[in-house]
Amino acid sequence: MRYKFLTAAFAATVALNFAGPAAATDLEVTHWWTSGGEAAAVAELAKAFDATGNHWVDGAIAGSGGTARPIMISRITGGDPMGATQFNHGRQAEELVQAGLMRDLTDIATKDKWTEIVRPKSLLDSCTIDGKIYCVPVNIHSWQWLWLSNEAFQKAGLPVPKDWNEFVADAPALEKAGIIPLAVGGQAWQASGAFDVLMAATGGTDTFLKVYKDKDATFAAGPEIAKVFKAADDARKMAKNTNVQDWNQATNLVITGKAAGQIMGDWAQGEFQVAGKTAGKDYTCLPGLGLNEVIATGGDAFYFPLLKDEAKTKAQAVLAETLLDPKTQVAFNLKKGSLPVRGDVDLNAANDCMKKGLAILAKGAVMPWTDQLLSQDSQKQKEDLFSEFFAKPDMTVEEAQKRFAAIIASAD
Amino acid sequence: MSNSERPNQLFRNLNAKIASIPMVLTALVVFVGGTAWTVLYSFTNSKLLPRLNFVGLDQYHRLWATPRWLISIENLLIYGVISLVFSLVIGFVLAALLDQKIRFEDTFRTIFLYPFALSFIVTGLVWQWLLNPDFGIQRVVRDLGWTSFSFDPLYNSSIVIYGISIAALWQGTGLIMCLMLAGLRGIDEDIWKAARVDGIPMWKTYLFIVIPMMRPVFITTLVIIAAGIVKVYDLVVAQTSGGPGIASEVPAKYVYDYMFFAQNLGQGFAASTMMLLSVMIVIVPWAYLEFGGRRRG
Repeated sequence: MRYKFLTAAFAATVALNFAGPAAATDLEVTHWWTSGGEAAAVAELAKAFDATGNHWVDGAIAGSGGTARPIMISRITGGDPMGATQFNHGRQAEELVQAGLMRDLTDIATKDKWTEIVRPKSLLDSCTIDGKIYCVPVNIHSWQWLWLSNEAFQKAGLPVPKDWNEFVADAPALEKAGIIPLAVGGQAWQASGAFDVLMAATGGTDTFLKVYKDKDATFAAGPEIAKVFKAADDARKMAKNTNVQDWNQATNLVITGKAAGQIMGDWAQGEFQVAGKTAGKDYTCLPGLGLNEVIATGGDAFYFPLLKDEAKTKAQAVLAETLLDPKTQVAFNLKKGSLPVRGDVDLNAANDCMKKGLAILAKGAVMPWTDQLLSQDSQKQKEDLFSEFFAKPDMTVEEAQKRFAAIIASAD
Repeated sequence: MSNSERPNQLFRNLNAKIASIPMVLTALVVFVGGTAWTVLYSFTNSKLLPRLNFVGLDQYHRLWATPRWLISIENLLIYGVISLVFSLVIGFVLAALLDQKIRFEDTFRTIFLYPFALSFIVTGLVWQWLLNPDFGIQRVVRDLGWTSFSFDPLYNSSIVIYGISIAALWQGTGLIMCLMLAGLRGIDEDIWKAARVDGIPMWKTYLFIVIPMMRPVFITTLVIIAAGIVKVYDLVVAQTSGGPGIASEVPAKYVYDYMFFAQNLGQGFAASTMMLLSVMIVIVPWAYLEFGGRRRG
């Protein structure tokens, strides 16, 4: 009986919607952009969408992607889909697409020639399943950055290092000056991500692909990866005094000079910007840890669940086009600290670090990231392993590598 | 012979039976049905969405080879023993003390029961602050002059589960105390008088006369505590989110993380089936002894 009341209530609201003015359609958009820099960036998207005569209903879910994704997924599978939702493009929404819950955007994509404007091409490939396009990439995020506080190195009387190896060598002097050499927050994905960055930087692109793309378990147990684990062991020792949880709190340690560096994706840049810091003067960024200047083309994309409401379906198409609009791309990515997904936009306002990223992108030195290569299940196992490895100093490198190889062996 | 004289058993207390139909259906469909569904799908390789693609015991093999699951089980055992023993002992002692016809009994009862009004999430956050070395107890003691004092259970992998237990005890003991107090008040005054006439010391009266008489209260309490132990989840999430590393993980959190974060329903179902199984191993023999042995006509 209660069910009937609910249906009646829903029917009433739908009727009201149709009775109202036809243009302004409310579209709920869920995302997990909640830190200072991220919120400023998402406000740009909302502004651009509102300018089309529709209304962006902000559905921010706090607590990082790990917390937000289950909520989004259960809303979609549970029959209460939002208008649009953020995911990292790659394999996170794979099964939702296969179950036919997501909207096929191929018609809009062909009309607007996405294949020509989106760069690099691999971005659109991650949105494509069985030849159909299901998502709109909005930015390129790469994990492989080392953020350094110039102030911290000054305090310790050291020059700012140029790569990871120099940074490791500086660690004892930094500690003596009362500075945490490396900030790694307690959230599991941070430790796991830092390890992947170390692998791409110290091992090289081929090593990375051999492990995560080919899933070669014998190789993962071998001497090449042992070297990566040695670097991770250094990182663990340098990070042992970080007592914070969230990534932006860890970034804040670097911003305030309490910590010397952090391995974190380019989204950290937004935090430096909100804090009013200048790239090159207050902080230094080293793409690929200064060792292997390649950036991964992970990032964020918007997916559109299949809706019954026609007005909302139309609004979805408008939103999809707005997201790829050159003006929106520039405004959004400048605030977010990420790179735009189209090559034909003007980014003069970009700062030092973003320009470094753009230059690497222009050279075509790109690689796929774990979001595209591994299932969420394998990612989670990896996170469990590395959060334990970073928190437990008596766990040996050999043991960790053995367990890592086992995860790769069963990875999909 | 006698059947013809007695009305059909099925129609006795008909009203009561009709009234209980919704609950019976709920129990059958939601509890039994849901459980059966979960157990069935734990033998499949369901990922984000349930799929009937059977893989035998694969999920269970993987489960028992996962270090995080083993740590979770170990933590649950430690947490279980601590909360069972301490909440019973502390709860009973507090109740016995309150039962001495002291003044301001109501006030004390309120104070002790008050933490129970807080959710586990709030409890967890409060104790996260109290146990934080930079803001909480350690800082206060150091500011008083003992500068080498160290007390940071939540940041030490080997004792973090005890830090969580402290918070759980603080929250839950008040309720146990109230249950015990109700039990104590149910003991006839005459028994106390008789014990006093016989010259039995008070602690002996409690231990050998009162406690055995309170058996039903103890059983109720035990069930309440045990249920709380197995389902512990929110307290850990609020206090440590399983950290440092994976040192304070618990089984319920493993189930949730693998079902939703890792998008691996099969693995989550296997873990929850194991939780159910462990509860059954404890409950079934006990229930059999308690209710099966002496059925009265």
